Amino acid sequence: MDTSILPVSEPETSEIVLSARNVAKTFGSIQALKGVNFDVRRGQVTALFGENGAGKSTLMKILSGVYKPTSGTIILDGEPIEFDSSTDARNHGISIIHQELSLAPNMTVRDNIFMGREIRTMKGVDFAEEERQCRLLLAELEENIDPKTKVEDLRLGQQQIVEIARALSVNSRILIMDEPTSALSASEVEVLFKVIRDLKSRGVSIVYISHHLEEALQITDHAVVLRDGNMTAYAPRGDIDLEWIVRHMVGEHFNLGAPPTGYEFGDIVLKVGEVTVVDATGNQKLVDELSLDVRAGEIVCIYGLMGAGRTELLECLAGRLVARHGQVHLNGRDITRASIAERIAEGLVLVPEDRQRDGLVQTMTIGQNLSLASLLRLVRGLFTSRRLEREHVDNAIRRTTVKAGSPDHLIGSLSGGNQQKVVIGKMWSTNPKAILLDEPSRGIDIGAKAEVFRLLAEGAREGLAVLYTTSEVGECLSVAHRIIVMHKGKISAEFGSDVTKARIMAASGEAVVH
Amino acid sequence: MSSTDVSKMNPTAAKPKINIAGLLIEGRAFGALLVIIIFFSLMSPNYLTISNLLIMSSHVAIYGILAIGMLLVILTGGIDLSVGSVLGLAGIIAGFLMQGITINAFGVILYPPVWAVTVMTLAFGAFLGSITGVLVAYLRVPSFVATLGILYVARGIALLITNGLTYNNLGGNETYGNTGFDWLGFNRLFGIPVSVIILALLAAVFGIILARSAFGRWIYATGGNQRAAELSGVPVPFVHICVYALSGMLASVAGLVLSSQLTSAGPTAGFTYEMIAIAAVVIGGASLNGGRGNVRGTMLGAFVIGFLSDGLVIIGVSAYWQTVFTGAVIVLAVLLNSLQYGGKRF
Repeated sequence: MDTSILPVSEPETSEIVLSARNVAKTFGSIQALKGVNFDVRRGQVTALFGENGAGKSTLMKILSGVYKPTSGTIILDGEPIEFDSSTDARNHGISIIHQELSLAPNMTVRDNIFMGREIRTMKGVDFAEEERQCRLLLAELEENIDPKTKVEDLRLGQQQIVEIARALSVNSRILIMDEPTSALSASEVEVLFKVIRDLKSRGVSIVYISHHLEEALQITDHAVVLRDGNMTAYAPRGDIDLEWIVRHMVGEHFNLGAPPTGYEFGDIVLKVGEVTVVDATGNQKLVDELSLDVRAGEIVCIYGLMGAGRTELLECLAGRLVARHGQVHLNGRDITRASIAERIAEGLVLVPEDRQRDGLVQTMTIGQNLSLASLLRLVRGLFTSRRLEREHVDNAIRRTTVKAGSPDHLIGSLSGGNQQKVVIGKMWSTNPKAILLDEPSRGIDIGAKAEVFRLLAEGAREGLAVLYTTSEVGECLSVAHRIIVMHKGKISAEFGSDVTKARIMAASGEAVVH
Repeated sequence: MSSTDVSKMNPTAAKPKINIAGLLIEGRAFGALLVIIIFFSLMSPNYLTISNLLIMSSHVAIYGILAIGMLLVILTGGIDLSVGSVLGLAGIIAGFLMQGITINAFGVILYPPVWAVTVMTLAFGAFLGSITGVLVAYLRVPSFVATLGILYVARGIALLITNGLTYNNLGGNETYGNTGFDWLGFNRLFGIPVSVIILALLAAVFGIILARSAFGRWIYATGGNQRAAELSGVPVPFVHICVYALSGMLASVAGLVLSSQLTSAGPTAGFTYEMIAIAAVVIGGASLNGGRGNVRGTMLGAFVIGFLSDGLVIIGVSAYWQTVFTGAVIVLAVLLNSLQYGGKRF
């Protein structure tokens, strides 16, 4: 990290209203922020860039009072301050629009905007006045929504507008926007930017976080880049370009391995033909007639932003989601209609994205988790054979290098990286032909990441077909032979392992070149 | 590496840790049982006698059999409110069959033998349970609601069949060859009531199924994390249907035992027994969130409740106070459970 570029002095005219000094935050054993300095200037937009897990959201949650920093200080108007809660921060004029919408879907737009701050009179809530203010706000955002509509009846983009309206309604001095445009259409983004410019002219400071780098560059006055919990770069808008951001975001990554070589790929193991997956309402295509093949021994990486349809694709291939149309073949056999258990028996397994929710049974031991997917093969007579199960578990632990005191300990006693290895080991030990891994590196440290990728390379060398997804560019360029970029449910580009990071990001819609 | 190596390596390392936690949970129910026995022995000389213990155990058998089925359901993260009603209905079905089936077309009355009555009653209980299972597994009805529905339906059917009356004559008739129904409730093998032996057998069988079979592991996995279980290839809908069917069947067993003990079957038998079964499971250290609990603990829980309420009767405490004490014990047990699981929801 180049410390000389930290914003210590203040040459510019606009004053700093809010700043963080040496702010660090740890969650258990994970250091999310490692001493970050960050400034917000009056009436200006500061954009914060960084990959997933770089600490952007953590920093914003500290600035808005959601989290308390483990160490370091927050300075508001030159005075050190501690926020007790997000309400406390809001009373000091700091509002945040979270990445995940925090609206009550069963309530109306009006009730959501005034939630917790209802306009009260002697006769109860003054709904008419609330509605009037609500209409004014929405008019300002050029959105024609009736304040009495229920939020659940709105499109996702409109819901985001409501969220923004709510933040505007409290007359904040500092407005933090965490991925405000992820669900907005191009015209809605234009309106949002107009609102942001308007807010700036009124002296409101804005912190803007987005994965859409180009878009953020249009609106920002300053850029700050975070990487692995450190601030790696800072510059005013005039001094930077897209390439500068990408370079500082991605950095020189820890070596995550190289594609295994020295052997020929085998036959096509996994064949996906024009698979379409729709969302719960049946209207929106999450995966749109997508086709791809993976050969024995080949490692394919799917890169895409949040909402690109990666998870839905893998869950459909594993049998959790039903494909509206299209076929899935494994070793030439049609498994489109097979159940999850049948697919596992055929040799197609999924390591899910969220290991706490989908991967582990927290009430069971390490060993019981490892044998869960293979139990029927361990049955002798009426019962599971303790001897076979023990051998199975020991093999899986050795194979995936899980560091555990004993397989009889509860799964929760392991670190995140080792838990991930247990999930991988559980599915791997069913002797699959093809393995799907959804963000296998999510929430694990760099050393464990490298081990996970080494495992994938090893598996491929033994003839396994590997398909994994990632939202970090650096991980595309590790063990994958082929990189597929997904955007809005479709394949937007396909590259060999010699592609550059910038080209991958361009194809994902992250940095659209006009 | 051979299995013997591993099993020699591990006992010192891990087994004790798991078992200490387990023993503390079960030990608590065991401790409560000891306290109850000692207290009532001091209060009444009749309490701690072999004959009284056996009588109390035959009462516990009813709760215990229900509680085993309840445990299976609770381990998957569900709840079965219908067991009391199914118990009552099972007795009515048995009574109905014992009275003979009139077939008008031939002008005859069929008197099925006792074994056939038993099989049909158990099958009926399993059928009712599997309806719940289908509702829960495929139609995504919350188990609380599905079994609440069955609770009313079963009770209603019992009242309809009997028109609110009670079948009194379950002894059978020599001439029809259907005697022997009271064997379950009255007879003793080696001096032990048959109902207690049935409870012991069922506890042993289900204890082994839960601990050693793949099906048992599936039950724990389904309750521990259904999504993870599904993605690991566990046939979750099958598990759901099985546990509710087993719970219904066990409720029928309890219904047969109870009506045999009473030699009568009333449509209101087993009223609110589902609550006693839930209490036994919870006192036995199981988690209502699923995934934690075992048969040993549940049996202790059933004995705690049974020995407590019978003890209160023996020392002459009013029935109203019994209810208050039972409630207090349940709350205390759950409170200790939540402490045991270290701040997690119990």
